[in-house]
Amino acid sequence: MIELVSESRCIECNICVNICPTNVFDRVPDAPPTIARQSDCQTCYMCELYCPVDALYVAPESDMKTSVNEAELIQIGLLGSYRENVGWGHKRTSTAKADETFQILKQMK
Amino acid sequence: MIKTLTTDLELDLEADVLVIGGGPSGTWAAWSAASSGSRVILVDKGYCGTTGCAAASGNGVWYVPPDPEARETAKASRESLGGFLADRNWMDRVLNQTYVSVNQLAEWGYPFPTDDEGKPYRRSLQGPEYMRLMRRQIQRAGVKILDNSPALELLVDDDGAVAGATGVNRQTGEKWIVRSPATIIATGGCAFLSKALGCNVLTGDGYLMAAEAGAEMSGMEFSNAYGISPAFSSVTKTLFYNWATFTYEDGTVIPGASSHRRSVIAETLLQQPVYAIIDKAAESMRPSMRLAQPNFFLPFDRAGIDPFTQRFPVTLRLEGTVRGTGGIRIVDESCASSVRGLYAAGDAATRELICGGFTGGGSHNAAWAISSGYWSGKSAAEYTHSLGEHKTQRQVKRVGEVVLHSGSDRTLATDEIIQAVQAEVFPYEKNYFRTEQGLTESLGRLNHLWQELRSSQVTSEKELPRAREAAAMLATARWMYSSAIERKETRGMHKHLDYPEQDANQQHYLISGGLDQVWVKSQPLHGTEKSQSKIGAAV
Repeated sequence: MIELVSESRCIECNICVNICPTNVFDRVPDAPPTIARQSDCQTCYMCELYCPVDALYVAPESDMKTSVNEAELIQIGLLGSYRENVGWGHKRTSTAKADETFQILKQMK
Repeated sequence: MIKTLTTDLELDLEADVLVIGGGPSGTWAAWSAASSGSRVILVDKGYCGTTGCAAASGNGVWYVPPDPEARETAKASRESLGGFLADRNWMDRVLNQTYVSVNQLAEWGYPFPTDDEGKPYRRSLQGPEYMRLMRRQIQRAGVKILDNSPALELLVDDDGAVAGATGVNRQTGEKWIVRSPATIIATGGCAFLSKALGCNVLTGDGYLMAAEAGAEMSGMEFSNAYGISPAFSSVTKTLFYNWATFTYEDGTVIPGASSHRRSVIAETLLQQPVYAIIDKAAESMRPSMRLAQPNFFLPFDRAGIDPFTQRFPVTLRLEGTVRGTGGIRIVDESCASSVRGLYAAGDAATRELICGGFTGGGSHNAAWAISSGYWSGKSAAEYTHSLGEHKTQRQVKRVGEVVLHSGSDRTLATDEIIQAVQAEVFPYEKNYFRTEQGLTESLGRLNHLWQELRSSQVTSEKELPRAREAAAMLATARWMYSSAIERKETRGMHKHLDYPEQDANQQHYLISGGLDQVWVKSQPLHGTEKSQSKIGAAV
């Protein structure tokens, strides 16, 4: 579930509020959005992809809350890691071009 | 119960075609209607681009070049698995249209990879990229999009033809109405809020709205798809479990368990935890796996697990009709429902026509979303055009009933109803392994819940979208189990322990419908008509 909106990174663009498929966030005037309905989070990671400044972190646990430490996440490179892995964002190239599903399906025959 | 439309709506719009749902099928429908010159509005409960199960995932596509031998293999490969309920004519149509439309995606700039022979490889789509592209394309085609705007009920005209919908913006509370002679339901299937990847927006909303307008369902007994995921995670991507070893807690291999034999995994999970390790994937394959499905690895990387060398607990999450095959019944090649003016596309519509009683993976559903979306959009636009001037002169009224008007002041316990529905559809011993007794008892409890729901109402309008989801899930569960009781055999994904064999006398479709009185009847195969207007594979 979504566990973090980084106060220091958030630029209050509210893109996450707009694009979350299950309406988890609420916008707040002159402040970062709040995680208003955490239990509605479906752990799809879409908000992380759309956050232009890697301010969000979705923990892998989908049914229970966990505690996260922002400094630690940055240190082990997890903040923004999904966006980076799939080449999503300004000046990045989508890794869709490198999709090797054909190699996998060959192994299935 | 039918109320005449009042004018307390803040956003009052007109369109030639209204599309409800912004996933793959909805966007293809919107695009094909708009490119034939129609004014199109697309409304989505979430955000068109991230909504639906395709957006969050990686998707195989049933994309087969027009080589007769390859096409024959593609058609034959799933016939037995689907219990011989598929229709070869529909398979041909879908294979043709999907081929054309996926090539169109390449022209629009989807970054397809090339294979090791340097040829373009178009059988796989990365969800976020695909759906961002679709949003951009429909905007370019002039489609007006209302995001965060769940539809709550359909409108019909004096003749009972569907004429648009009303809903609400779930963030601002602003109500909207779209009057439109043709409406396409592209709201996806129903996974009962199981948190299977990207599936929580899929709560059967479109089925409920369609049924209130008089539409029928088909194949609702094929609704017990379960996806494998790490026990802690939402990521139900099952391809790589082809290379998994499944074990008990002590590390002993579970005899017979595999991604193809999930029933063994389900049986074991009833007693004890099940572990998996992707240890049959050769070292050389592992980098390709990461490149093929980056988000398969996401939960592992974050949980600090190497799935190739470390065992992890797995579970089976219900994907319901999302990777089942049931949905709104299609009556002809235009993807029309049995109600005039109403069309269905994607997972909201039955996929029995191309895969019988078993879909399992995304590839057939992805192909169906593309082609049924394309056809429904084109047909809906033609239908509106054929009405001419008459189309704007009609009186419309709302046909939504459930939780919208009850005349009672009993408060609806929405969350309790959702949990009670989940308690009937999640457990493997009820839904995966079906029995006459189990289904009958479940249905009794579901019918009781329905009465409770029908005699209660929400205390504030803000709760309506979730209350309608609860009602839709409950209605879906009742069509599912009522159909499952009627199919006294084992066919496709419907496993009936009392009737473990496939019965040649039941090689038919089961049509269902009704709200307070649910009904089921059988219908012979080849039950759809050729469309009045000839719709070929074209873009």
